[in-house]
Amino acid sequence: MDPLPPAESAVVRRIVADLKGRPGPLLEVLHAIQAALGFVPEGAVPLVAEGLNLSRAEVHGVVSFYHYFRHTRPGAHLVSLCQAESCQSMGAQALATHARRRLGIDFHQTTADGRFSLEPVYCLGNCACSPAVMIDGRLHGRVTPERFDALVADGAAAP
Amino acid sequence: MTTTVYVPGDAGALSVGAGEVAKALTAEAARRRAPIKLVRNGSRGAYWLEPLVEVATARGRLAYGPVTAADVAALFDTDFLNGGSHALSLGAADSIPWLKGQQRLTFERVGIVDPASVADYVEHGGYQGLTKALAMAPAAVVQAITSSGLRGRGGAAFPTGIKWKTVLDQPAGQKYITCNADEGDSGTFSDRMLMEGDPFSLIEGMTIAGIAVGATQGYIYLRAEYPHSLRALRTAIAAAHQAGYLGGDVAGAGKRFELEVRLGAGAYICGEETSMLESLEGRRGEVRVRPPLPAIKGLFGQPTVVNNVVTLATVPWVLAHGAEAYAGFGVGKSRGTLPIQLAGNIRRGGLVERAFGLSLRELLYDYGGGSATGKPIRAVQVGGPLGAYVPSSQFDTLVDYEALAGIGAMLGHGGLVVFDDGVDMARMARYAMEFCAIESCGKCTPCRIGSTRGVEVIDRILEGVDGERNIRLLEELCETMVQGSLCGLGGMAPFPVQSALRHFREDFRARVK
Repeated sequence: MDPLPPAESAVVRRIVADLKGRPGPLLEVLHAIQAALGFVPEGAVPLVAEGLNLSRAEVHGVVSFYHYFRHTRPGAHLVSLCQAESCQSMGAQALATHARRRLGIDFHQTTADGRFSLEPVYCLGNCACSPAVMIDGRLHGRVTPERFDALVADGAAAP
Repeated sequence: MTTTVYVPGDAGALSVGAGEVAKALTAEAARRRAPIKLVRNGSRGAYWLEPLVEVATARGRLAYGPVTAADVAALFDTDFLNGGSHALSLGAADSIPWLKGQQRLTFERVGIVDPASVADYVEHGGYQGLTKALAMAPAAVVQAITSSGLRGRGGAAFPTGIKWKTVLDQPAGQKYITCNADEGDSGTFSDRMLMEGDPFSLIEGMTIAGIAVGATQGYIYLRAEYPHSLRALRTAIAAAHQAGYLGGDVAGAGKRFELEVRLGAGAYICGEETSMLESLEGRRGEVRVRPPLPAIKGLFGQPTVVNNVVTLATVPWVLAHGAEAYAGFGVGKSRGTLPIQLAGNIRRGGLVERAFGLSLRELLYDYGGGSATGKPIRAVQVGGPLGAYVPSSQFDTLVDYEALAGIGAMLGHGGLVVFDDGVDMARMARYAMEFCAIESCGKCTPCRIGSTRGVEVIDRILEGVDGERNIRLLEELCETMVQGSLCGLGGMAPFPVQSALRHFREDFRARVK
């Protein structure tokens, strides 16, 4: 396991110090780390464990339990495709096939240029406007392959 | 004169362009020097009409939809600010037939009020329930909830008042109110609509619960997939504090109630109440063995109320209008109203709040207008990913807890996911097992191992390996999971599989590679 670069260590230590007094703080801490760094690096685990007086195993166990916490640095744009039943009934699987081909990656992968990461998600709560896609926290409904291409092109144009 | 224009800020409306419409309206109004006040309301739930724009006129709120940013200039040309007629005119929003026939109690303000404004909430009847509750003995508040017949709307349908009474009866000390806002079932979005469209009703409901059982701290456990709801809740909680409805002296009555939103992290199992409590405490969301019940030993080992968003948001209505008024709606043991969500392959999808007792057929055809693709509806999954697939021969079943249980289905959180005749039910059965395998917390064997074996057995059936024998094996496996799992995930994930086998057996045939 690589230790964190000093700047990232400082971020993690500050987050732990800020939140450690709250009841049941571990998920809050992990959310704050992911919000700041884009993911929860393995090197953050010992710092969090020490700061919250937990074992590394406990912290690792929590990080790995939840699908939302990422273990690697994501691409500049995070594309989440809903694959749950409602979206399936409106062609989410065909849309996923299209998205994989368009981005040239499978689920849980990042494009070689680091621009896009593709993730499946199980329900975005937009089931009356299926199929749904979330890109960088923005929700899109009734997404056709053509609309997906347009959204991704917008994303590619953004930094 | 400034005209008030409503463009929903609801995530679903935004997903189909409401943000662009709002931007275009503001720009066009500025260009034409037409003074408007833009309110970002919630959605009324008629999603096929979103983005639905409303204008406050002398003739009431007139609606236009679905509006795109490209329509905005033409709307101004037809003087829509004074109710001018346009191809997208829908007349008065209240008289749109799809909305007019509904019985909105829990959702009475959703899509109507400004979700960021306490003043607007109060003007539309908000905080009347709390005012009444503060003048009553705690036990009388709990009794009102019991008498109303309100049952948990998250899916388990447990009587809410009985849960509250258990917490009230525990010795004084730190108690908690927790709101389960981990709305993970596919086909459901009522919690999200409510949190984004009328968050104060949830805040008021939790405050009433706190006062009734003697709890001073509340937590809303919100799923991470709902960033719009998070912003709406945080804004509303800050506003309620500011207005003196939260904090050390709630509504000047000398009682304390604090409220905080905590984010989940993408684990479906955390919709199960004990794993939600584990997650709130900062641990892996593994299910706890009951007893003890959370009402006796819940969050941080203290007596805890765990209720769903819709349940808690219904509490203010019950207190404001009385338990009898609420119990006056519904049929049999299903009292009150249910916000039903029409989802998936349906022409007019959205939220329908009606008293219990409508048939599936009325919902799917009268409200829903049939499938979105125009093909025959073949199956409807009722109650989320753990719910049964209901075939068209059973569409006359009533939507209430007991009637659905009678055909081996369950109401769950009230979502209906519609599939047309292109659906492959063996694939849907396989998906149910796969989903369970992805989301199993791993604590008990029937769920953790059974779901993975379930996927494998269905694959063998579809590959034509010992078809009949493997179908029998799948049936036995389902039975083992139902009987042996610790919680509803492993215990109910077989329901869609069993219903697919029962009603759509012809789909479980070998596939030609």
